[in-house]
Amino acid sequence: MSNADLDAGTPLSLASVGLSGVIVRVDGTRAPGMLEPEELERRLLEMGFVEGARVRVLHQGLLGGDPIAVKVDDMRVALRRSEARAIEVNFD
Amino acid sequence: MTDAVQAPARVALVGNPNSGKTALFNALTGARQKVANYAGVTVERKEGVLTTPGGRTMHIIDLPGTYSLRARSPDEAVTRDAVLGRLEGEPEPDVLVAVADATNLRLVLRLILELKQVGRPFVLALNMYDIAQRQGLRIDLEGLSRELGAPVVTTVATRKRGIDDLVAAADALVIKHEGHASVWHEPSAAEIRAAHGEAQRIMRTYVKPAERPDTFTGKVDGVLLHPAAGLLILGVVLFLMFQAVFTWATPAADGIEAGFKALGELVAGVTPDGLIRSLIVDGLIAGVGSVVVFLPQILILFFFIILLEDSGYLARAAFLLDRIMGFAGLHGRAFIPLLSSVACAIPGVMATRVIEQKHDRLTTIMTAPLMTCSARIPVYALIIAALIPNEKVWGWVSLQGLVMFGLYAIGIVSALLVSFVIQRLFWRRHSEPFLMELPAYKTPDPGGVLLQLWQRAGIFINRAGRIILPLMVLVWVLSTFPYPPEGATGPAIDYSFAGMIGHAIEPLFAPIGFNWQMCIALIPGMAAREVAVAALGTVYAVGDIEGSGLAALEGIVGSQWSLATGLSFLAWYVYAPQCVATLGVVKRETNSWFWPAVMFVYMVTLAYGASFLTFNVAKAMGWG
Ligand SMILES: Nc1nc2c(ncn2[C@@H]2O[C@H](COP(=O)(O)OP(=O)(O)OP(=O)(O)O)[C@@H](O)[C@H]2O)c(=O)[nH]1
Ligand SMILES: [Mg+2]
Repeated sequence: MSNADLDAGTPLSLASVGLSGVIVRVDGTRAPGMLEPEELERRLLEMGFVEGARVRVLHQGLLGGDPIAVKVDDMRVALRRSEARAIEVNFD
Repeated sequence: MTDAVQAPARVALVGNPNSGKTALFNALTGARQKVANYAGVTVERKEGVLTTPGGRTMHIIDLPGTYSLRARSPDEAVTRDAVLGRLEGEPEPDVLVAVADATNLRLVLRLILELKQVGRPFVLALNMYDIAQRQGLRIDLEGLSRELGAPVVTTVATRKRGIDDLVAAADALVIKHEGHASVWHEPSAAEIRAAHGEAQRIMRTYVKPAERPDTFTGKVDGVLLHPAAGLLILGVVLFLMFQAVFTWATPAADGIEAGFKALGELVAGVTPDGLIRSLIVDGLIAGVGSVVVFLPQILILFFFIILLEDSGYLARAAFLLDRIMGFAGLHGRAFIPLLSSVACAIPGVMATRVIEQKHDRLTTIMTAPLMTCSARIPVYALIIAALIPNEKVWGWVSLQGLVMFGLYAIGIVSALLVSFVIQRLFWRRHSEPFLMELPAYKTPDPGGVLLQLWQRAGIFINRAGRIILPLMVLVWVLSTFPYPPEGATGPAIDYSFAGMIGHAIEPLFAPIGFNWQMCIALIPGMAAREVAVAALGTVYAVGDIEGSGLAALEGIVGSQWSLATGLSFLAWYVYAPQCVATLGVVKRETNSWFWPAVMFVYMVTLAYGASFLTFNVAKAMGWG
């Protein structure tokens, strides 16, 4: 219980450009969509979105600020905000 | 004993996308497979051969890049199956080469932990070591090697550095002949997390962070990915590209044109008047010449595409266009196959293998041929040069170039609309997640760019020789025989097979304004779009019209076709499935005749409808 509270971060989908922080949780069920939650989670993990990784929001698209480009450790990755909901971040 | 030691071995290259596997493959085998700076360039398995200094034959296998052996898309499935030895008629590789981008090790270390379960001996190639050194990245090679239980070599694939070491390391593993049965299984999310933790620990222990990390990419992206400016720049880049195709090529095209004309006159001077001269001058030289003239335009187009691909901008374009593609029910990554189709729909259709979802992939396949491929350039350019005045608008933009740009734009918009209809109305789908690596920018290597252009020119000339030349002989025969009967009054070609066929199908195309010469040209034009231009050239040249060659053809089209007819022909070529090879590759990629049939029917329908509309609107405007 208290553990979950400690871990709770802000979804990456809500972040604006320039924010950075550490990923505290990757949870596919937070971003219901076309993919099974477990599958989405594995894909995010394989692309480096894993608990403990540093992320920084670098850019966003014109319409609705979507998609976003983020730096995950040393790598730049583009993704949509709808999937970014699955990534919770403790912003600095 | 020595026999066994020198037995042939199979070595597969595995690694994350864009880590330089194909560059390494080319360096190892002397092949010239396509290398470019975005993820997902290689979509099939390629094999090459090298001989070690000790005399062993090594079969090197280049594979599509992947983040995991789990395989989410058809291209990644190839990698998984090749690594696990599941491909039909192909044993598992003796040795794996894990190819890593030395500046970006975390993800590949996790992949390597998966590879270890496969049980094949492997060597780690730390590629792009030049960049790692420039950034002052320090990697404890010995420690890493001990930790992974595998030899580690550093390579710079594009400069062919470290290749001998890599071969020696792989050879040593073949001789040691170790390995165990595969215990690999699809990892669960928890297992991926655990492997990440392990990879992270290895990183911390053996890799010191870069002293001078790359800041260039970040700065450039600040401009190119700016929400508003970025889109504007993308538009300008594409606009300049298509303007350049039309305006820069003229001097070179004029030169080639003059060359073929001189050749025709030379041959006409030394051959006796009659059939042979007609075949060579009207059929072959005029026909092939009228297509080869477009070589400069096609090379300019490719020059731009290669720069976009090699610099790393292509992935940015996909990022910027994701929302627009999303409207069409696709995601930004589908833009890459679509842009490849600007060269040719065939690699475009193959590039869809990187798309995970079957439906999304099918939709992209179905719409790729609507993108303006380079084989359409001769057709467009002929009609535009003949019927659109060579003027400048707003003082500097060529009107002809503008029409060309318009045709490209229509192609893109049509592809998006058709995909919208399929995805959103037909299948009622939303697009799959969009997750794409944005690679660091690289300066394209001038030698590499020239080499690719050279290859392109070779392919184009080869096509002219293998497809266009024989077809021209056929068109010439059909337009020459049989001879008109005694006392016939009309032009001789009216009595030929071509004349008969043309007149027979003309009624079908009359509502869209095509004359019978155009109808004939459509038929060989199925083999390759540009053949239509050559066929028109031959049909008109045999039909006793003064002169031959492209300039003469432009004159004929300009004087004999109405603007309405010309525009209708353009509209036809925007949509019509005038390419058997594309239908063939769609059959192969979808593994059924159903989809190419659907493609053919929908494209013909669109083409006829668009031409009908164009023709009648143009007539109503008084351009008939
Ligand atoms: N500076 C430098 N660039 C390299 C090196 N090796 C490859 N490259 C560049 O890295 C990019 C990717 O190379 P590819 O060989 O296409 O990569 P790949 O691993 O085959 O990529 P996929 O087929 O998409 O999986 C290209 O722009 C290459 O020119 C290297 O050692 N040094
Ligand atoms: Mg490759």
